[in-house]
Amino acid sequence: MTGPVVMENPVERYLRTDRIPHIWCSGCGIGTTVNCFARAIDECGIDLDKLAIVSGIGCTGRVAGYTRLDSFHTTHGRAIPFATGLKLANPDLKVVVYSGDGDLTAIGGNHFIHAARRNVDMTVICVNNLTYGMTGGQVTPTTPEDAIATTSPYGNFEQNFNLPYLAESCGAVYVARWTVYHVTQLKKSMREALGKKGFSFVEIISPCPTLYGRRNRRGDGLDELKDYKKRSQIKNGASTRECDLSLDGPIVVGKFVDRDRETFQEAMDRHLSAKLGDRYRRLAG
Amino acid sequence: MHADPAGVLTGAHFVDGDHACCEGALAAGCRFVAGYPITPSTEVVERIAWRFPEVGGVFIQMEDELASSIAIAGAAWAGQKAMTVTSGPGFSLMMEHIGFAVMTETPCVFVNVQRGGPSTGLPTLPGQADMMQARWGSHGDYEIIAVSPNSPQECFDLTIKAFNLSERYRVPVLVMMDECVGHMMERVVIPKPEEIDIYPRRFTEAPQDEYLPYAAGDDMVPPMAKAGAGYHFHITGLTHDERGYPDMNAAGQARLLRRITEKITKNASAITDVVEDGVKGAEVVVVAYGITSRVVLPAIEQMRKRGRKVGLLRLRTVWPFPEQKIRAIAPSVKAFVVPELNLGQMVREVERCAGSTRVISVPHAGGTVHNPATIAEAIAEAL
Repeated sequence: MTGPVVMENPVERYLRTDRIPHIWCSGCGIGTTVNCFARAIDECGIDLDKLAIVSGIGCTGRVAGYTRLDSFHTTHGRAIPFATGLKLANPDLKVVVYSGDGDLTAIGGNHFIHAARRNVDMTVICVNNLTYGMTGGQVTPTTPEDAIATTSPYGNFEQNFNLPYLAESCGAVYVARWTVYHVTQLKKSMREALGKKGFSFVEIISPCPTLYGRRNRRGDGLDELKDYKKRSQIKNGASTRECDLSLDGPIVVGKFVDRDRETFQEAMDRHLSAKLGDRYRRLAG
Repeated sequence: MHADPAGVLTGAHFVDGDHACCEGALAAGCRFVAGYPITPSTEVVERIAWRFPEVGGVFIQMEDELASSIAIAGAAWAGQKAMTVTSGPGFSLMMEHIGFAVMTETPCVFVNVQRGGPSTGLPTLPGQADMMQARWGSHGDYEIIAVSPNSPQECFDLTIKAFNLSERYRVPVLVMMDECVGHMMERVVIPKPEEIDIYPRRFTEAPQDEYLPYAAGDDMVPPMAKAGAGYHFHITGLTHDERGYPDMNAAGQARLLRRITEKITKNASAITDVVEDGVKGAEVVVVAYGITSRVVLPAIEQMRKRGRKVGLLRLRTVWPFPEQKIRAIAPSVKAFVVPELNLGQMVREVERCAGSTRVISVPHAGGTVHNPATIAEAIAEAL
């Protein structure tokens, strides 16, 4: 005899199901990343009351609103400094920033590099779809050279960011990149990142068939997944210098950085305790 | 409730307004400050950085004013009282997050030690030219509260008041100082903790599964939750419903904007704080705030010595504008005289409320204060 059929999807308890259907297009990869995230927090057994999620603006910026956590949909580019205030004002929280490539690395680029430098204890998940989706397919700092965008109609001629290299060089303690094809590895990296103390960074290459794929003849979402499968090279421990993205070249994926460094909070406590002794008072909850 | 003694430096001090502002924040229970250096406000955060480690506060010098002004919102939602401090160019950069704090009803305090502008303007010299920016600078329709101290003592007192109003109405409150009050040194008396009234954060008492972050009672101000307390609530700068969920349509917009504006406008008389000196029976009333409300004193004194009845209406709260006060005074005076360190900003509000009563602007482009003789001439003209 088989048991009763279990109707509940295991990720449902992590989602605000009263907000479904979501706004994302068919073939978009953001939902897949949220699925991985829900499974990652399920597996790592984190206290959901102490887990807060912060998003900026854009398609990925909507993730905070769909997760059943203390969730903050902030302003464009400013998820990281909001999360910095949240974390420092309540060190018991585990804070996740979940946003897109435009939000985190264009308008929010300054905050990204400084939070990594300070090693503020937060996990930053960047869904990189190589474009501004919400506003209609404009060029971003991660758009590969020659890719077509609405604001680069003749093809992009700017050098793009290599985000793992940027994160590592600014001081991130954990850096990984996967595509939405690599759901198992992605879930594992998210779990590992959540377990790190300090600034951890997971980049996810994700299809935007509506605004990037169509203009750049990538086909639909499934075609893009097949393309990721074909182009991806799993190189755990690779130098992040090798992680440049191009229009049709290889996509280096894997876990690149996993190291330990004193966090902002730890450095502050250690330093001020040494200087002030008993006079140093830590923030009360 | 009373102030936490840990933050209260009871006694008489000889400090400038920037330092007094810092002590006011500490006495008010502020335990998180994010800032970015900018003249002439920097001394506030310098003192914060020095004082905070001993009172259990966290100070972080952020990478810019955009970061500072949203970090305080994060800290507020973590349950702390939070503040940022800036001046002209930084205040311009913070506008979006004043709007975010209005929309998400995040209690927090923004201090602007005003200097001459526009742009880099006069970094070390006074101005009062951000008064309309304080009211209207962020996009969209909103109501705001702003105070304007005229001495180091008031920098202390009104910073506490700013925190209390911010918690009471869940709105960002702006402390509109100017370079003169920021840098002048005077005696500041800090009372005992039990003599300082503090309005504590109103946290929800609703069960976790019944809490609606934006369901307000008759006072139009919903109680807050804080992150980490198990409420799993959602906050967004989008137009939202009582659940905090996006509700982007005309009806939802009208409902939300009505509540977040009316919670201020309908309480305007409770918020308004003005000081009247000889207004009853006056022929002319001078309306002033900040440093200018002290510069007018010799001019008023001079005219009174000549037997003229000149009153002073000093605005300690500038927003919401005390329009009922102006409307009440207007019929009985010949004129209002409004000197300010700008080319005529708050005077427009006086004009709006003065009816047929004459309003005389005494503008000044900033960089120094008015010559009292100029103000005396304007009063004489009004008479």
